[in-house]
Amino acid sequence: MSRGAAFTALLTAALAVVLTFLALPLVAIFLDVGPGRLVASLDDQGSVEALVLSLRVTLVALAVIVALGTPTAWLLATRSFRGRTLAITLVELPLVVPPAVAGIGLLAALGPRGLLGPALDRAGVELVFQTAGVVVALVFVASPFYIRQALAAFTALDPTVIEASRTLGAGDARTFARVGLPGARAGLVAGGALAWGRALGEFGATLVFAGSLGGVTQTAPLAIYGRFADDFTGALALSAVLVAVSGAILLAVKPAGGGRVLGDARA
Amino acid sequence: MLALDARARLGDFDLDAALAVPGGECLALVGPSGAGKSTLLRVAAGLLRPQYGVVRCGDQLWLDTAGGVDLPPDRRRVGFLFQDYALFGHLSAWRNVAYGLAGSGRAERRRRAHELLERFDLLDRADARPATLSGGERQRVALARALARDPAVLLLDEPLSALDASTRSRASRELLELIGTARVPTVVVTHDFEQAALLADRIAVLASGAIVQTGTASELAARPRSAFVADLTGAVVLLGTAGRDGDLTRVDLEGGGSVASTDEATGPVAATVHPWEVTLEREAARHEDSARNRLGVEVTSVTTVGNRVRVGLLGPQPMAAELTGAAAAGLALAPGVRAVAVFKATATRLVNR
Repeated sequence: MSRGAAFTALLTAALAVVLTFLALPLVAIFLDVGPGRLVASLDDQGSVEALVLSLRVTLVALAVIVALGTPTAWLLATRSFRGRTLAITLVELPLVVPPAVAGIGLLAALGPRGLLGPALDRAGVELVFQTAGVVVALVFVASPFYIRQALAAFTALDPTVIEASRTLGAGDARTFARVGLPGARAGLVAGGALAWGRALGEFGATLVFAGSLGGVTQTAPLAIYGRFADDFTGALALSAVLVAVSGAILLAVKPAGGGRVLGDARA
Repeated sequence: MLALDARARLGDFDLDAALAVPGGECLALVGPSGAGKSTLLRVAAGLLRPQYGVVRCGDQLWLDTAGGVDLPPDRRRVGFLFQDYALFGHLSAWRNVAYGLAGSGRAERRRRAHELLERFDLLDRADARPATLSGGERQRVALARALARDPAVLLLDEPLSALDASTRSRASRELLELIGTARVPTVVVTHDFEQAALLADRIAVLASGAIVQTGTASELAARPRSAFVADLTGAVVLLGTAGRDGDLTRVDLEGGGSVASTDEATGPVAATVHPWEVTLEREAARHEDSARNRLGVEVTSVTTVGNRVRVGLLGPQPMAAELTGAAAAGLALAPGVRAVAVFKATATRLVNR
């Protein structure tokens, strides 16, 4: 065996181990439930309620993340200013903060006795044990996934194309809308999918900050945890649905043909 | 009239250059890469803000760092042609052109864009995406797009360098025609003296951030003020030390041998002569003629360039001669052949080093 072939075999073995390890639990969920019981347990009202709530709050959170994150990423990508690196680090921080810590932090900031608690109270805004609180937790946890991708997509734009737009009479705003957004579309969609997927799976921050009230703050992951002790089959069925939805989101935004491979640029 | 004066830190040297281009004139900025040519263009367009700078277009002040004036690029009426054309990949050719036609209604912009494309013989490619256009077509779309704004100045950054040789001659003809009809100040950046000579009325030679000489192509070729300019114009440059020798100047060359010149100079100089002023003789055929300068050389390369043959030579220093094909064949020139390079003292220019 040549040295090149041996290396390829090594790489293939690594891929096989990774794929098996990552896929096995997910496959096991489906094998365990079986289609009949899966459908039957979906008749359960609590499960459906949790799924609908999950879709609702994640979509609202995604809308908030895209609306705020896109201009943020454009600013960070196109302007150099003092504190830019710090700003990027802050944006990325929720990635490495444990979700439970995120929930505690949100309580300390926005809870009734938190930093902004009195102000929110005066404004009549209630977050804890409220659906709006779930959205807040999701935005906090999932926004870095979108903003990071958006920032990478914007910085990967050809700078002369941006300059061309400016010399053709387009101001910064029009350049953003007519050249920046279309040019970064693939990256923005991928970032949105990642953030959505992360929000769908969110558990810790939601539980700590918003609680697990059926129909109000109990999203699918919380409902799965709630059933886990006394209704393992129900938990499995709900898990299967969640895996299917998340997988579908990821697949939907994958470019046809599997995307670029290193060296494709030669073609 | 475009007037520009800029000072900026640029890598490991300072850019400090001023230029003025009247309406209808085309000025070429020529120099090696990294000399600051593109930087000057970008300062004019507002894509780069120098530490100090004044840019004036007609009676409009675009940039005055001391006075706190700095118009953004979208408020300067420039037609900028980027080196790689920078077309918008997600827009069709006509939408690329229409991009600069802000304000007017959609139908009117469409009509104007198609008009411009027709002018560049591209009407049948109006709906094509840039990725499907050839290099020459891309350049013409970029030109049409740059003209769409009715620019007050044209700034062309290496307009021909992204094209292959076969497209280049047509593209340069079109470019020349465009510059002729545009009637606005035009600045074209190139590293190629021949392109500059072809496109521009005047050439400014830029080296390490400073303009070292400005003139027409023939002025620069006939009277280079430095060895650098001479080399850029394609002349042979021979380094040596000058001293008086009767009513001529004698230059003792580094590496041996000497040449005579009718120019006056003393001390370290560069003797320059155009390759087409250099004739070659086979050593055996030595005879008397009026040329004063004779250097023993060895042929290192023989290259046909159009209807001429360029012969690379190694004497005391590398040099070159340009002959007709018939003359080259008659001498049976080939790498390794010994010959004598002959040129007149009156064709030998001297510049101080």
